[in-house]
Amino acid sequence: MMQKIKPLDHLILIAGVLFLIAPVVMALMSSTHTPTDIHSNGLYLTPGSHGGETYRKVLTHKGGFTGDVTGLRMLMNSMIMGIGFAVGKIVLSMMAAYALVYFRFRFATILFWMIFTTLLLPLEVRIMPSYQVMSTLGLLNTYTGLIVPLLASATGTFFFRQFFRSVPDELLEAARIDGAGPFKFFIDILVPLSRTMMAAIFIIMFIYGWNQYLWPLLMTTDETFYTLMRGIKSILQVWIGSQIPDYNEAFALAVLAMIPPVAVVVIFQRMFIKGLTESDK
Amino acid sequence: MAETYHTGSARRGAILSRLRAWYSAETPHPVKRVQFDRPLTPWLFLVPQLAIVVIFFYWPSVQAVTSSFYIEDPFGFGATFVGGENYVDALASSQYLSTATFTAFFCAIVTALSLGIGLLLAVKADKVIRGAPAYKTLLISVYAIAPPVAGLIGMMFFDMHMGPLKDLAALFGHDLRVGIDYWDTAFAVVTISVWKQIPYNFIFFLSGLQSVPTSVREAALIDARSGWRRFKDVTLPLLAPTAFFLLVINITYSLFDTFPIFDVVVKDKPANNPITLVYKVYLDGFKGNDIGGSSAQSVILMIVVAALTVMQFRFLERRVHYG
Repeated sequence: MMQKIKPLDHLILIAGVLFLIAPVVMALMSSTHTPTDIHSNGLYLTPGSHGGETYRKVLTHKGGFTGDVTGLRMLMNSMIMGIGFAVGKIVLSMMAAYALVYFRFRFATILFWMIFTTLLLPLEVRIMPSYQVMSTLGLLNTYTGLIVPLLASATGTFFFRQFFRSVPDELLEAARIDGAGPFKFFIDILVPLSRTMMAAIFIIMFIYGWNQYLWPLLMTTDETFYTLMRGIKSILQVWIGSQIPDYNEAFALAVLAMIPPVAVVVIFQRMFIKGLTESDK
Repeated sequence: MAETYHTGSARRGAILSRLRAWYSAETPHPVKRVQFDRPLTPWLFLVPQLAIVVIFFYWPSVQAVTSSFYIEDPFGFGATFVGGENYVDALASSQYLSTATFTAFFCAIVTALSLGIGLLLAVKADKVIRGAPAYKTLLISVYAIAPPVAGLIGMMFFDMHMGPLKDLAALFGHDLRVGIDYWDTAFAVVTISVWKQIPYNFIFFLSGLQSVPTSVREAALIDARSGWRRFKDVTLPLLAPTAFFLLVINITYSLFDTFPIFDVVVKDKPANNPITLVYKVYLDGFKGNDIGGSSAQSVILMIVVAALTVMQFRFLERRVHYG
């Protein structure tokens, strides 16, 4: 039994796809043309012949954008940010969730609320005092300062707590009969059991870390710590007052900044959707 | 679950048992039949997360509340306690009120458009068979693009010299001047924000639709001949919990996650450009050096967000009841 599919359905979907994808394609294509061509002809839908040149310059040319830093360096920093954040989040939240679900101990409820209150307030509303705390601790312009404060939100803990609660009780009973202690049970049973969940969370958190903008903007004044997102801000600042801005380089930077997260989503689509819809952010 | 307690005594009982749980060892609803009974081990697992939460969440949050009651000397020589003055100043300023009005408008329109378009695309993608995976992959991929990147690409489309949307508007006789004209900028920021958010809503609506059992779909096909009626009477009620959840998420998105889009489009120059409340907190604090005023605005926002999140949890709970 099937519904009748009208051509209109496909038409709507195609319009939606065009609306979402066309800007991305045009950014990609325009990055392979010269700024003067873009300036006089507008954005392109076909590839040009200056792609190699532009990307080589963006990736390796020192001072391409800011005077001190190459695109490759920013790419590396974004990678550190994405992977560091995802790994940190998984390790911290699995441990915390384990303690909250599998142990009977004093103050458990208070600690539970202390951790989950962090879900109430995003970083943006306490951005000024957070900056002051970081500068007091001397963590400006460090990778620690870029990554660790973002780990304060309990999204991951919430997710792993839900997951651990769904693990059958019999596992722990059996493990205890076999004489396994809390560390052994965690490492030998719970961690291997969570492998798919960890992968799904990793994808979501990698994208989240990679795409951070406001925090790196405040934390880094030293250009060697710039991420690609921070680079976008700089290239726009350079534009002010220039005759013909380097449109092609800006597009190239945008393309570099979106390839890794988009690739992750497309390649690991199933796992990504699972992580997103089951974690409820 | 708490709503089931109607009588006073039952409620008192619930509060008492909660209180007991606060100081006793047990959690109110034991999650596991068996638990480890060691007083110190759990702390080892909790300490890293607790340390980060205390240093990077509670410390700055408390500081935001404290400094909202002070006016800081611009040269860094101490601060004067002024009570609620920062709050009064913020709430009474016409600039704050116009920013708040714009923020409300912005949230409403971004939420409505991205929810509506996301739902439409999800319903259609759920229906078609040929090409469905391709549509799905293409529609989802934009999710991964960061808001500042979306802002940058959007800026190019609205560019005064070579932006295609500028040309398109010219066809209709409108001179689109993003960054200069208030409503033109608003239009650009709304478009970019909606563009970025559609995939998120699409993913949730589609997975909501696909979890509807085949038997329900078939029954609906027999009962309701017209597609619109089937959508209104069967699909929409089944999607209601997802929609409520997304509503809160989308409001939070419009409030906070659009910050980079504003930063890229408005570029620190709010002169005659629309901005949101979050952007104003940032401008007043970092560009204007008005730490007290910025903190007071932060606290007001905190209250708004906390209310939103509580709402979100209530809907989440209800979602479980729907099944």
